[in-house]
Amino acid sequence: MSPIINLLIFGGLAVAMLIMSVMAITTKSLLRSATYLLLTLICTAGFYLFLNYHFLAAVQVSVYAGGVVVLFVFAIFLTTKKDEVLVKHEYRRYVYGALIALVGIGLVAYTILKTKFIYAANPSMEGDAQLSMADIGTALMGTGKYQFLLPFEMLSLLLLAAIVGGILIARKDKKHGEKEESQY
Amino acid sequence: MIKLEYYLIVSTLMFFIGIFGFITRKSMIAILISLELVLNAVEINFAAFNRYLFPEQMEGMFFTIFGIAITAAETAVALAIIINAYRLIGDININDATKMKG
Repeated sequence: MSPIINLLIFGGLAVAMLIMSVMAITTKSLLRSATYLLLTLICTAGFYLFLNYHFLAAVQVSVYAGGVVVLFVFAIFLTTKKDEVLVKHEYRRYVYGALIALVGIGLVAYTILKTKFIYAANPSMEGDAQLSMADIGTALMGTGKYQFLLPFEMLSLLLLAAIVGGILIARKDKKHGEKEESQY
Repeated sequence: MIKLEYYLIVSTLMFFIGIFGFITRKSMIAILISLELVLNAVEINFAAFNRYLFPEQMEGMFFTIFGIAITAAETAVALAIIINAYRLIGDININDATKMKG
């Protein structure tokens, strides 16, 4: 692709992503908020495609769009009543939030723009330079240098703990068990 | 040519949009959504640094994958806590959640 088209696509994705993020935190309906979060995450998957990490984009879409956002939607259905006004106007909180955000953006943007990054000689952004699944699998399942079996196993333990914890927390209470069934 | 700084600026903006939402929203689920935005911005940074500065290695990509998985686990537990809090106090507004024990 030509550089200008690349830049246009990148700019479109970035603008869409930022608008969706702002909508996700400003809209009053929680369900809309979750939908905008989903769109933000899909735009992020577009970023990963742009960076030539195809596997990462697939993981992003399947885990976030397939897992996290669905969890959010279920939780919103289970906890939100009708006609609930979620954002009350508390201006002090808005002022503090905007102040912290603006100061933070200024500080971090200044640091980023001031830093001289040493680019790699060939970032391999173009064409078929993407990682092969065989390489990813080997790196994920090996115990050698630059291989990731230990974090992988730790992650499986963490997910087990999350499953057990989720069931333990959200199950119905035995003493006053008149509520409905557990959700997960 | 898209530079690394563009990715970093976009993810910075997204990070602080998430921070703003984290501070201003009242509903626990909305706070969790803001947290997702923050984590997502961080993961963009991992991938962009990996691709631009060390393209022959895969650490950034794997940290992004592990980050996504940890985020999923964290969201599941947090939503379980929120549902439990809803059962106890009948609302998910953080101002109503003044007692943390059952």
